[in-house]
Amino acid sequence: MDTLGLVAIGSVIGAGICMGLGAIGPAIGEGMALSRGLSSIAQQPDETNTIVKFMFVGMAMVESTAIYSFVLAMILLFANPFWNYFLDKAGG
Amino acid sequence: MHITPDAIIYARWGIVNMNATIVFTWLIMALVVIISWSVTRSLTISPQMRQLQNLLEILVDGLLEQIREATRQEPEQFMPLLGTLFLFILVSNLLSVVPGFKPPTGSLSSTSALALIVFFAVPYYGIRKYGLRKYLKGYLQPTPFMLPFNILGEVTRTFALAVRLFGNIMSGSMMGAILLILAPLFLPVIMQLLGLLIGVVQAYIFAVLAAVFIASGLQAHEQPKET
Repeated sequence: MDTLGLVAIGSVIGAGICMGLGAIGPAIGEGMALSRGLSSIAQQPDETNTIVKFMFVGMAMVESTAIYSFVLAMILLFANPFWNYFLDKAGG
Repeated sequence: MHITPDAIIYARWGIVNMNATIVFTWLIMALVVIISWSVTRSLTISPQMRQLQNLLEILVDGLLEQIREATRQEPEQFMPLLGTLFLFILVSNLLSVVPGFKPPTGSLSSTSALALIVFFAVPYYGIRKYGLRKYLKGYLQPTPFMLPFNILGEVTRTFALAVRLFGNIMSGSMMGAILLILAPLFLPVIMQLLGLLIGVVQAYIFAVLAAVFIASGLQAHEQPKET
């Protein structure tokens, strides 16, 4: 197997692992945030607006880690620097 | 397939490229300015107002209320900055359902620019309220030892602000394109609907986070005065 194929295999597997592991953590975190938010709404329905707002902001913070891994996976798949380097070398 | 609209170049003069991000940014700005201008030419206080005036009043009122709740200060001073950020991101995200329109918030360059505005707005409001000396003292707040971490916090949250918006909008258009190849009939419509929801939520979150950062920049420097 040549180096180009190895780079391709590594990139695709790396993107899959990156996305999979990167989705687990934020999913758990968001679930915990949601459950705490819902239980506090159940205890104090008057404060629903404030609770929902802070829950959204916190969830956006948590979600950004998942977004990082998604961006990384997209770079690995579609804008891979190593891939482009080897293509240039093979083509040039 | 292009990840960012930066890669689509319409014209080139020397080192200056006119890419899709710039073109669509100017289109959105023109759209927002023209609609607001045409509405504010014929303002009325009678109940028979135009629908667009009603819409703008609801928007401005809601934004003022949200900023007041997030910062717990008088919202009028933050309104020009935060309202503009929110409106620009909102219109850009909502127009992403129009075919052929590439949302400029889906490119890292424009989201970095927006995040940099917030980055510089935090010390601007802080210095305007407390003066340069008192504001800079806030960075030494718990102990002078914390100075590098305080600065690092400012930088990383700016970075997170930029990448969050970029990743969300880029993933929306990316998913749409991939699903269009795989299952062209029905699934892309659902993803577009989800994209609309995500776009509104992201615009809201960007504005609220900017408000929270500015407010925390003001409040963190307020505490030593009280104690």
